[in-house]
Amino acid sequence: MNWLIDFFGDPARWSGPDGIPARLLEHLEFSALALVLAMLIAVPLGLLIGHTGRGGVLVVVTANLARALPTLGLLVLFVLLLGTASIWPVIIPLVLLAVPPILVNTFEGIRGVDPDLRDAAYGMGLRGGQVLGRVLVPVALPLILLGLRLSAIQVVATTTVAAYTGLGGLGRFVIDGFATKDYASVVGGSVLIVLFALVVQIAFTFAQRVTVSPGVSQRLKIR
Amino acid sequence: MGDGPPTLWEWIARNWDTGRVGSIRDLLGDHLLMSLVPIVLGLVLALPLGLASVRWRWLYQPTAGVFNVIYALPSLPLFMLLISVTGLSPMTVIIPLTFYAMAVLIPAVVDGIGSVPAHVRQSAVAMGFTPLRRLVQVELPIAAPVVIAGLRVVAVSSISLVSVGALIGQGGLGMLFTRAYQNPFLPPVVVGIVLIVVLALVADGLLLLAQRLLTPWVRARGAS
Repeated sequence: MNWLIDFFGDPARWSGPDGIPARLLEHLEFSALALVLAMLIAVPLGLLIGHTGRGGVLVVVTANLARALPTLGLLVLFVLLLGTASIWPVIIPLVLLAVPPILVNTFEGIRGVDPDLRDAAYGMGLRGGQVLGRVLVPVALPLILLGLRLSAIQVVATTTVAAYTGLGGLGRFVIDGFATKDYASVVGGSVLIVLFALVVQIAFTFAQRVTVSPGVSQRLKIR
Repeated sequence: MGDGPPTLWEWIARNWDTGRVGSIRDLLGDHLLMSLVPIVLGLVLALPLGLASVRWRWLYQPTAGVFNVIYALPSLPLFMLLISVTGLSPMTVIIPLTFYAMAVLIPAVVDGIGSVPAHVRQSAVAMGFTPLRRLVQVELPIAAPVVIAGLRVVAVSSISLVSVGALIGQGGLGMLFTRAYQNPFLPPVVVGIVLIVVLALVADGLLLLAQRLLTPWVRARGAS
């Protein structure tokens, strides 16, 4: 508890490039960057594979393999191979690890749509792209968002670990503090990261409430 | 040979079993222990909690909610916060991983038991099965594929997550990553990643095999 007071009560912690606001912003920035890049890769690919039905097995196998990849190992590998001149050697592994949950859930979501519903949409005269955009995506949205949420959780955690390889963000408080035996920084930083992760989690739960069609989420009882 | 940095194979040969703490074999053993304990402990704890959630439906929402939140917390700060309780020991890594395992396995147990068709349960009751016998001989076997699917996720992610523990000096094979970073050298990283992925795939394969053996009827039905 004293550590928390030491950490949050010290005015020096609240300003400058290694202060709490700056680190918080960095964490948000890196996480958001990695998540958006992963989304841009994984969502279209998942939609394509789910809609055409080709390459599904490959997606699932790759995603399982990706889950086995150790975060820290991948970070160190990229930094040793590419150096630390820019943030990209750290961002690339973040994106790589963020892609699989989105890809698998998007694919499973689209593939899992009731075939009758799909047939009905075609029967009403919708074309391939319209079926995807107006029927399949809204129905698959809960799973797509689940993928995004899992991915976001992963990214927030990996960004923390990435502080070890020199990336900024909240992980710095924890890792630098641990190295210098500054336990106020370790505990304070840990609490900040936990709070950050909780806020992200809440934001995604809220986004799901807002964007998923009431008919799909069964909030609207039909019949 | 001799001059220049050692090649990958030379490095492996030299460090596989040095007899000292920190040899590759040593780290592999640590890694296995630190990932197996959370998997087993997670299942042992998730089974009663899952079954209780099935028996008392109102229990499920809060339990699932709490574990959903825990699952969203990054491992590193959890390790750090636990140090003041557990000190720097393998338990510091094992405890959070056990909670992550439970977060996956409790819903798996609930869904698994939920997948038992009502008429099957009724048949068991009508045949005079006691609740315990019904659970062990009817419900759990039918739930097995769903629970094992959860276990496969848990096994693979636990095995890869242990390595984050290296940042507090308790990472099994993850120690190869920190060692390689402090003294820039590629072979340990490659060996660490490959061993962890292989370990995860072996665990996944064994669980898949266990599922085949435990639920022979699933395959029989597929064949007919």
